[in-house]
Order: sequence, then structure tokens, then C-alpha cells
Amino acid sequence: MTEAVKTPKIPPEEQELLTINGDEAVAYAVKQSLVDVVAAYPITPQTIIVEKFSEFVANGEVHTEFVPVESEHSAMSAVVGAAAAGARAFTATAANGLALMWEILYIAASLRLPIVLAVANRALSAPINIHCDHSDAYGMRDSGWVQLFVENVQEAYDTTIQAFKIAEDERVLLPVAVNLDGFFLSHTLENIRLLPDEKVHEFLGGYRKVPKVKVDYFDEEVPLMLNPARPLSFGPLDLYDYYFEHKMHQVEAMKRVPEVVREVNDKWYELTGRKYGDGILVPYEVEDADIVVTVLGSTAGTVRHVVKKLRREGKKVGMVRIRMFRPFPHEELAKLLKDAKVVGVMDRGISFGSYGPSFLEINTALYDYKEKPLLVNYVYGLGGRDAPPELIEKMFEELLKDAEKGVVENKLRFLGVRE
Amino acid sequence: MASTPKEPRGWKDLPIGAVPYRLSTDYKTGDWRALRPVVDQGKCVKCMLCWLFCPDMAIIWDGEKIVVNYDYCKGCGICAHECPVNAISMVPEPTE
Ligand code: SF4
Ligand code: SF4
Repeated sequence: MTEAVKTPKIPPEEQELLTINGDEAVAYAVKQSLVDVVAAYPITPQTIIVEKFSEFVANGEVHTEFVPVESEHSAMSAVVGAAAAGARAFTATAANGLALMWEILYIAASLRLPIVLAVANRALSAPINIHCDHSDAYGMRDSGWVQLFVENVQEAYDTTIQAFKIAEDERVLLPVAVNLDGFFLSHTLENIRLLPDEKVHEFLGGYRKVPKVKVDYFDEEVPLMLNPARPLSFGPLDLYDYYFEHKMHQVEAMKRVPEVVREVNDKWYELTGRKYGDGILVPYEVEDADIVVTVLGSTAGTVRHVVKKLRREGKKVGMVRIRMFRPFPHEELAKLLKDAKVVGVMDRGISFGSYGPSFLEINTALYDYKEKPLLVNYVYGLGGRDAPPELIEKMFEELLKDAEKGVVENKLRFLGVRE
Repeated sequence: MASTPKEPRGWKDLPIGAVPYRLSTDYKTGDWRALRPVVDQGKCVKCMLCWLFCPDMAIIWDGEKIVVNYDYCKGCGICAHECPVNAISMVPEPTE
């Protein structure tokens, strides 16, 4: 939920009001972010992003090099090359396209290239399905990318701009994925407020600045980029002698991400009057709640609506939206959840043979607490299956019953599937 | 310009971004070769196909003849395969 700041630097009336869908909002944010290179291959439900952006390019509205490639593997490779050459680079994908990018995702993260990727979340085949779930995002979980999930179209716009700022921060230098629910956000029109171009440029500090590194070969620090004047090799052979050490850099960089995400969220708030919790978690009515539900993405809107309704009926329920999934905010989340009686963890995806990925994280987060809530995993919405308020309410009712009984019999539940 | 230090380094002393601090000239990438190409200069017609095809740029034209830089030749045999007059033979490296 966004609450208005008293005096944002750019008051709402100075922010253009547009009625656009989530994909267009992302394209618009990229247009304003002084992006040097966009490489892309269209895939539903992301297609509108690159379609819209190629329109901007064709109309001469941006000075971006647009590289239409023949596959997502190439799209990610092209932005890796561009970012290694010092460019601000962007691409977008979904589902199987993201899966095709897989090996290059790891390379982008290891080379510390601050690429921004929009993922219009969609189910993975088979059977072929173009609708929303988070199995694509969960699939790239361990690749070393920062993963943010947005709730609405406004946040898709805001977060895409923020993502460049986060990625390029010298404390981070990691690629960032902005996840927006396929169709629910990618294709749904909402009224959103946009900043004037120059304000976005100012927020990002102009074009991308390349950091410097110390390499023995050169007497001074040199830009971390492909540069004939100061040549560097990126990611050559690194066996058991150094691979492990290089991975430690990624471990350390991830540790610094939360503070940067928080800072960027605060700065955005001062500028626009919009913020998303602390940038990492967005709690709603959790302070005294017996039952708390955690959720990612657009379903948070429905859950909040149901929480509101149940609160009016005097039921002590609450919600936490997880905005940042990687790095996972274990400690911060545990603090919010530990005093609840039961926590329902909603996952729009499953790790077959195990639970949903957020459930595994939340178990880990709470393990060290002596007093901790009972946990239930709700796998829901696979392949775009609707999660209407009645279904969410049914889930809360079950959780209230679990709280009464004080035990959870069935930890892994499937919400909205026909028996 | 510093040369490659001998002691292995800890991760805090490495440049980020999977950039090596060692010079590539210090890596002898041919040291695991099992077969080495040997050029019969009597047969060689100096067509330079071996130079063109070598994936490691290990074939060098010294101004008069073809020579192989064994520091970087990995022994793949592509040069021998491509040579139109069979001037290159692949000979086992000594084993001891
Ligand atoms: S064996 Fe392979 S690496 Fe060696 S010189 Fe011939 S082509 Fe080059
Ligand atoms: S390919 Fe054979 S003939 Fe041609 S230059 Fe090489 S060794 Fe000589």
C-alpha cells in the first residue's frame, strides 16, 4: 500500500496521469531510464514491453540501440556483452524464454553486470500455458540475481526505474529482475502517475557510470569494462583454484542489497510520495494478528481486501507481501511472523518433491525461534488459476481452525484445485 | 607493471566481476596436450590453412615457415586434419 508523503518533491499534479498496462509501464520506465541497449525477443505475456519499446525506437523517441535477436538465449547474451562494454542494458522475458536464458543468467550475475530484466511471470510447460504463475521466477532463484516482485502497474513502473539504481549501486553491482504477474499486471490497464523524463534522469544520476577495479597488471584502478585502452578479460577459466573465491564476491554483494533497496525505496518516496513498505516487505495489519499470510505479486491486493473484511468481523488476521525474494529477508520476515499463531505461506509455484519455494525460506527463517507459529503452505494459482476473495477467505478460515486446534495436520495444501 | 604473484590470493584481494588478476601470458594452456603437431617442412606448401584453422592461434608464421607455439597448442589435431598435403603429423608426447 502506498501512503502519501506530505510534500513529495514532485507532487502528484506534476506527475502525468496515464492509463496503461503493466507491460507499457515497464517500457515507459525503460524509455525514461537512459538505457543504452535493449536486446529482446518477444514472448507472451511480455511481448508488449518490447513492442512498445521498439515503437519508441522507431519514432526516434529514445537513443537506445535496439537489438532484435533470434532467441532469449541471445537476448541475455547480447545484454551481457553490452553491459560488459559499459552500457546500461535491459531485456524482458517470461516462462520458457527465461528458462532459455538460464545459463547466461548465471554469467550476468557472476560478471557483476547491472542488467535489468523484466519478467512477466508465466507458467512453464508442459502443458503449454501462457498465464501467470511464479515457476519461471522460482526457477532463476539461485542464479545470483536480485528478484523483486511488484503488486500493481504503478509499482511495475516505479520498480523498473528503481531497479537500475539498485543494480548499478557500487555496493551491489548485480543484475535485477523485476517480476510482474503475467496478464494480471502485464495486460491490465490501470491509472498510473509518471515522472517527467528529466526527473528520472536525475534520480538515476544520468547515464550509467562504470565502477573501477584494481587489477595488478595496471598501475591505477581501471574501469570494470571491455575497453581496448585498458583491456580486461571477463570470466575466463577459473578452476578449483579460484572459482570458490570468485563466488564469495557474489555472496558478499547479496548481503549489501537490502540496505540499498531500502535506501532507493526511501529516495523514491521523497521524490514521488510513493513507497512500498520498506522496499523489502510490505506488512498489513500484522502487529496483533494471530493469523498472517505471506504472498508475492498481485495476489496481495486480493489478500489485503480479505484481511480488511475479516478485520471488520473482528478476526485477527494480517498479511505480509514479500517484495524482495532474492536476497531473501529471513530475519526481517521472522520478526514480523514469529508472534503469530499460524502463518499461511502462499506460493504460486512448487518445487516438485518438496514445498513451495517461499515456504522453504520461511521455515528456515523461523527455525531458530523457540516460540514460533505453525506453518502451512498454500500452493495456489498455477497456470493462471484464479484466486478470488472467496478462495482466500476459505484459506483464512482453515488457518483460524488450525490456530484453534493448535496443530497442523496437512502442511502442504492446494488452493483452488479440483479434487 | 606487476607480474603474477606466486602465492594464491584470498577472495578479498581479487578484483570483482570474475576478472582475473593474473596475466594470460602466465597461463600455459598447452600443458595438458597428449599429441603434438609436427610440421614436415619438406612437404609444407605454405598455404596457411593450419594457421587459419588453429583455434588457439598456436600456429605462427615466422616469416619463412610454419612453427607451432607449444605453450598454447592443445593438441587438438585440427591443423593436421586441415593440411591439404598431410605435412603435419600428430606425435605422442613423451609420457614420463
Ligand atoms: S593441434 Fe590444434 S591447437 Fe595445436 S597447433 Fe594444431 S590446430 Fe592449433
Ligand atoms: S596447412 Fe599444411 S601445407 Fe598449409 S601451411 Fe600448414 S602445414 Fe603447410
